[in-house]
Amino acid sequence: MTLEQYAQISNYAMVAATCVLALAFVAHAAEWAFARKVADEEKELVTTGPTPPSPPTEDTTPVTERFSRVGVTLTILAAALLAISVITRGLAAERVPLGNMYEFGLAGVTVALITYLGLVWKYQVQWVGGVVAAFGLVILGMSLSTYVPAGPLVPALDSYWFEIHVSAVMLAGAFFLVGAAASVLYLIRVRAESKDNVGPVLRRFPAAAVMDKLAYRVNAMAFPLWTFGALIAGPIWAHYAWGRYWGWDPKEVWAFITWIVYAGYLHARATAGWKGRRAAYFCLIGFVTFLFSYYGVNLFGSGLHSYAK
Amino acid sequence: MNPSTQASELTPREFTRWIWRQLTSMRTALFLLLLLAVAAVPGSLVPQRGVDARTVQAFFQDHPTLAPALDALGMFSVYSSPWFSAIYLLLMLSLVGCIVPRISVYARALRARPPRAPRNFSRLPGSGTFTTTASVDEVMAAGRRALVRTRVDVVQTDAGAELRAEKGYLRELGNLVFHVSILVVLVGVAIGALWSYRGAAMVTEGDGFSNTLSQYDEFNSGPLYDSDALPPFGLLVDRMIAEFQPEGPQRGAPKRFQANVTYTENPGDKPQRYEISVNSPLSLDGGDVFLIGQGYAPVIRVTDAEGEIVFDDAVIFLPQDGSYLSEGVIKVPDAAPEQLGFQGFFMPTAVSAGDDAPTRTVYPGAVNPVIGLRMWTGDLGLDDGTPQSVYTLQKDQMTEVLDDNGEPLNISLSPGQSQTLPGGGTIEFVDLRRFARLQIADVPAKSLPLAGVSVGLIGLMASLMVRPRRTWIKATTRNDGTGARLTSVSVGVLDRVPRDETPIDLESFLTDLQETLATLDTSKENPT
Repeated sequence: MTLEQYAQISNYAMVAATCVLALAFVAHAAEWAFARKVADEEKELVTTGPTPPSPPTEDTTPVTERFSRVGVTLTILAAALLAISVITRGLAAERVPLGNMYEFGLAGVTVALITYLGLVWKYQVQWVGGVVAAFGLVILGMSLSTYVPAGPLVPALDSYWFEIHVSAVMLAGAFFLVGAAASVLYLIRVRAESKDNVGPVLRRFPAAAVMDKLAYRVNAMAFPLWTFGALIAGPIWAHYAWGRYWGWDPKEVWAFITWIVYAGYLHARATAGWKGRRAAYFCLIGFVTFLFSYYGVNLFGSGLHSYAK
Repeated sequence: MNPSTQASELTPREFTRWIWRQLTSMRTALFLLLLLAVAAVPGSLVPQRGVDARTVQAFFQDHPTLAPALDALGMFSVYSSPWFSAIYLLLMLSLVGCIVPRISVYARALRARPPRAPRNFSRLPGSGTFTTTASVDEVMAAGRRALVRTRVDVVQTDAGAELRAEKGYLRELGNLVFHVSILVVLVGVAIGALWSYRGAAMVTEGDGFSNTLSQYDEFNSGPLYDSDALPPFGLLVDRMIAEFQPEGPQRGAPKRFQANVTYTENPGDKPQRYEISVNSPLSLDGGDVFLIGQGYAPVIRVTDAEGEIVFDDAVIFLPQDGSYLSEGVIKVPDAAPEQLGFQGFFMPTAVSAGDDAPTRTVYPGAVNPVIGLRMWTGDLGLDDGTPQSVYTLQKDQMTEVLDDNGEPLNISLSPGQSQTLPGGGTIEFVDLRRFARLQIADVPAKSLPLAGVSVGLIGLMASLMVRPRRTWIKATTRNDGTGARLTSVSVGVLDRVPRDETPIDLESFLTDLQETLATLDTSKENPT
């Protein structure tokens, strides 16, 4: 196959993956919608108390459960397509496909989906699937808007620190995504719990404490990775490429801000009076600052990382 | 005396203590962390002097009223502004106030023995009981063996014995190491900022550079750096190689930049060769030389009306963008009868679509290099003593030379071409050279922040991954009705960081313990 053909396959796989992920999101949305409907019907039948779960036989599998499974299956398909897209992109460009924002977003969402699926396999966290799919779509949209044809790297990126720095940052970003998704649901759930008003949709989700724990776990993995990628590997490479290890370039500023906010998250979670809701807000602010350092900086400013466009 | 005012009045000592407590509380630390994040934002939106001084100048020109106001707030040098410094100094103080007491608490905890068992194990997150025929001592010994890498005490009690165990001391150690490392990083960064220097110089192929202040186009140094003490190295740019993607979707994108230099580390040393490229600087004693840019420097020769060669030099044309459309100025102060000035552009690959269509450059490599110049005569203004940039032409005492149609005269030259000037004399595009934009910098104690952040990362991971756990085993003996001795064992586990795995871990610990005791039992029954 020629390089052009690989590039073509990569592009088709990317588009297909985006569509499939959108369908996965729709499936999870349907899961939530049907949870409401089923609950309404149940309410009509039984007026007091929650219904005991029906035995899981082939026919009586709750419709919500089926939609959840469809969602996970579609996410697996989307992740596989994205992986194909990333690999063929690398073959087309004859290098590690992390050389620009498009490739970063593509690979980041791939890793985020694989992380999520791994967590589904191990801890049954499919409840977070809808939000993960939504965040994934947002980032795929961002990276599509920065599409560039596959090609070789500019000389500044020609360093082994390129793979180390970018992959560490990307991995951290993927974990941040999963953590933020869990925190969103946590905030919704904890609000309902505090009002003692856990509706039929929310009842499908695990307790707030479980969501909080998932968010903490992935963020506790992401934070050292981010520290390494953005504050160790980045400055070392910056020293070789630009002649200084830290120069308050807009991207560096926002990487630093992201680091501070996640440090705040870890502290908040260990502090009485801040753990729980406030910590979750830190996590979400952190994810927003991460997205800004990935995308917003290049949108608004120039800076040295502008080749990442 | 009014008792209410008496109660609210604090002695200075109490007040200081109160302030210190407030400052070192986690709430304040979190608030300061967020404040630092917010304070860092404007520096990424407003151009910064230390990052890009030229953009700051442009900003002043574009926003004549807004810019001075922002300047008064320190918005053009956020990261060295008093308010930014105030926030991080308070944060540092809060950090010190937090870790110093914790270090002494940790030192005491390191020496302390594991605490005694709580009376009621059922309140612990994990507990279990079993009975065995093994003796109390055997249970204790088995427990000791099962608890690897754990601090264990065995204490005799009235009814039997109690084993107290604690592990996971590394968690708090990691935590402390991480926070101390942040201080180390900041000290390292501060040392670097105070004693560093950084400058940039554009050196044309064939030209040399010696490390003295006058040779720099830009120079910045830390307040404590003595710029007279620049290390005395020198270098000669033999060749500047710039390659661009010749085809494909990324046609024209940079492919390889490399400056081949000959350098001497100290005057009188034997010259050595080095190839500086974008990710491989030349490291010398007292400074690193980085290649941070390149461009074109056409060699121009000007003869005046009297036939004298009054200018013969490479002229640096500054690239305006990635297409390497470059702008430059030629000043000929020695021309007679009047001084000459030329200003114009350089195109590496000029293409003209038709006679009327403007010429444009289509590729950054020098395939069809062309310079286009306009000409001024008069006084260049070099003699009045005010410094002026070599890249701009001061035209207020000069008049532009016009062609026969009364339009500004256009000079367009390819390499080797020359053109006769209206007042007599010629201008010739002799040769095309490149220039290297080199950055020379030295930041002392670079390894201190690196070591700090690396050790800090290890500490951070320890503090996130190590799970402190306390385990207690109580064993008491009683005789059952038949006279056989039975030991009842109860095990309690307390994780100082709550975990889901506690019951599973406890389960496997109990199984292990019982199995060990069972093998003891059988070996006792069947002595060999």
